[in-house]
Amino acid sequence: MVVDEGTADRIFHALADSTRRDILARVIRAEQSVSALARHYPMSLAAVQKHVVVLERAALVVKQRRGREQVVHADIAALRRAAQLLDRYEQLWRHRAHGIAQILAEDRILAEDRPGPNTEKGTNP
Amino acid sequence: MTVISTHKDVEALRLTFVAEFEAGVDRVWQVWQDPRQLERWWGPPTWPSTFDRHEFVVGGQSRYYMTGPEGQKARGWWSITAIEAPHRLEFDDGFAGDDGEPVDPADATHTVVTLEAAGPGTRMTTVTTFVSPQQLERMLAMGMEEGMRLAMGQIDDVLASASR
Repeated sequence: MVVDEGTADRIFHALADSTRRDILARVIRAEQSVSALARHYPMSLAAVQKHVVVLERAALVVKQRRGREQVVHADIAALRRAAQLLDRYEQLWRHRAHGIAQILAEDRILAEDRPGPNTEKGTNP
Repeated sequence: MTVISTHKDVEALRLTFVAEFEAGVDRVWQVWQDPRQLERWWGPPTWPSTFDRHEFVVGGQSRYYMTGPEGQKARGWWSITAIEAPHRLEFDDGFAGDDGEPVDPADATHTVVTLEAAGPGTRMTTVTTFVSPQQLERMLAMGMEEGMRLAMGQIDDVLASASR
């Protein structure tokens, strides 16, 4: 597994909050300072800083000090890892649907073999 | 079989899967209802499933295991929470111990299956919700990842031989 349990836990916890999702969406578009981010939300700079720390622990964003400012930018690779888990589960369902389709196809083959009032045997190309 | 759409909701840990089949709703319902048909498609290719209990009623219990390539067994259980034949089925699915019984009944995924007529065929929608990423990890670790790769390989083989 690429994602260990602790990492996956932190990613999903971080993304469970709408403010943090909004912060992430903004820094994916362009890196921003914490103070610039704080202007978008009706909460204190300290509260926004706490949200950034949660995103940082989940490795979804990286924070760097530049002079007097703290600049936040997104780590797309971590997001991709979270989505990978669901990708794999989707593959399982694709396989299951394929299996169901095979069972249903067998019905049709049996129906063709069985002579019925509207079945003309041996006319298939 | 046509896969119409899939939707992955990363925040809610939910997968929505929509497929269409060339058979009526009643017939597709049977692949869920009949344990002998269900066990032919539930497990990954290298981990075939065996349902030794399958009570298809509200509150009904199922017990199954999947057998890996080296004979190892991964056990699971279902508890059916809603059923409206032949259109709707809801169940919890969890991990079971060596005795076949649930390890932690609260640690279950929830799946809602909806079957509806789509022209001459049937559209099947399944929505599975996980309670934690660990649960999803363990589900995939039950031999499923390897199984998926093989399943995809089989489809590639079919496509390759068809284009020859």
